[in-house]
Amino acid sequence: MTSVLYDVPGPKARARSRVISILGIVLIAGGIVALVVVLGLPKESANGAVQPGLWDASRWDVFNDVQVWRTLGIGALNTLRMAAVAAVFALIIGILFSFGRAADSAWVRVPTTVVLEFFRGMPVLLMMLFILLVFSTGSFWAGVSALAVYNGAIIGEALRAGIKALPSGQREAGLAIGLTPVATRFRIEFPQAFRQMLPIIIAQLVVLLKDTSLAFVVGYNELLRSGNYNLSQFFGNRYQFSFFFVVLVIYLAMNLSLSWLARVIARRTGSKSGGVTPTEKRDGPTKPGDPNLVYSNALGAQSTGQPS
Amino acid sequence: MDAVIDNLPTFLEGFRNTLGLLALAGIGAFILGIVIAAMRISPVGSFRAFATVYTEIVRNTPLTLVLFFCAYLLPYLQFSPGYFQLAAIGLTVYTSPFVAEALRSGVNGVHVGQAEAARSIGLTFGQTLSFIVMPQALRMVIPPLINVFIALAKNTSVAGAFFVFELFGAARQVTNDRGDAVIAILLGVAVFYLIITIPLGLIAGRIEKKVAVLR
Repeated sequence: MTSVLYDVPGPKARARSRVISILGIVLIAGGIVALVVVLGLPKESANGAVQPGLWDASRWDVFNDVQVWRTLGIGALNTLRMAAVAAVFALIIGILFSFGRAADSAWVRVPTTVVLEFFRGMPVLLMMLFILLVFSTGSFWAGVSALAVYNGAIIGEALRAGIKALPSGQREAGLAIGLTPVATRFRIEFPQAFRQMLPIIIAQLVVLLKDTSLAFVVGYNELLRSGNYNLSQFFGNRYQFSFFFVVLVIYLAMNLSLSWLARVIARRTGSKSGGVTPTEKRDGPTKPGDPNLVYSNALGAQSTGQPS
Repeated sequence: MDAVIDNLPTFLEGFRNTLGLLALAGIGAFILGIVIAAMRISPVGSFRAFATVYTEIVRNTPLTLVLFFCAYLLPYLQFSPGYFQLAAIGLTVYTSPFVAEALRSGVNGVHVGQAEAARSIGLTFGQTLSFIVMPQALRMVIPPLINVFIALAKNTSVAGAFFVFELFGAARQVTNDRGDAVIAILLGVAVFYLIITIPLGLIAGRIEKKVAVLR
């Protein structure tokens, strides 16, 4: 676990780093405690009325109501439903895009590239509004199709990169044993590219799950709208912070578990990269790589997340 | 088509606000991201832990939720410098972990042997970073960093849903006025976004190619 960036610290340096570390803990913990305390203080609003602090029981008593939890649960289910449907379509669209981009004929390749660049460069939210207004599909399908098209474009790019990164011998071997070009792509190249790019695809699906909250804007009743908006309109401003807090926790639980899954899969499919920072797990000494590649490890390093 | 041309001043005002948000949040996220990335590779354990937790939490929170917090809850907690500023704060916070991750992956992408060689000729931690690792890392970091900013440009559209008058807000307003020309209006707005994102993408691609040759 030692980093190569600095020497193994001696007793003096260890003591110093321990002191700094403890100072850091105190500083950070102090900051968090101060934030919690400040939030908990009773507030005086402009007209002189005093409201209880944010941790006061009167701000949290709605959660005794079963209906509140039911509403939140329905919201979460709606979010998951939209994410699931959109993910399936996004994968299908992504596969189609990747075939279009990697096609041999320029008549297919160039239009696909243009369409793909267009979809990738446009905000998802604008696409949702567009689909909602032009095709008047209703908010669910507007959200699903915008998310599917946008994320499909990104997954398609990832798959294409995966196909391109394969050694050309794979395709040549497929053609040599008499498979048609299409069959080669489907049965030889695509499965390998898919496995290679699986971590990136799953990371993109996490983004998709997060982006379902954009459907809030077009009026879909997902977690954010039902939890933060409808409930706090219904129960009043007093509970706004509490609802926000609970919705945040639900979102984090969903997204972190999916991210964790992505990481497990990434580790299993194993893109091994050596880093210079101490947080990376390293197993044993690094193997000597291909002498022709100066940065054999750098090539294997892939960013695991992409902003939405 | 005339609906777009008639409302061009509205769109241009929205475009200006979009660019403003992009610049403000971009600079803020860059600074915050450098701090987080530095904490993440620092030898001090508690900073590392804090930066990791911060990255994980913010990265897994939807942008809509962050902006909801900024637009509804911060004013409720009596902090209201105006919706534009609030949206810029939200976008800054949301983008900073992505910047930090891009920087960190750049540092990780530099081969271990480079750092080992630097250490073995007796350079200190600071010298290793500033003369050997960082110059290589920065070069590798620029394309992903540009991608982060492209995403930020698209994400500014979410601010339009939270009382900021930028391109998406302009699109909503104009489509309300001119329900008969929705397609033209939305395509026009899309073109404005593409004006920002496509050149940035081309630049990123070009730099990527250049760096690949340099290696």
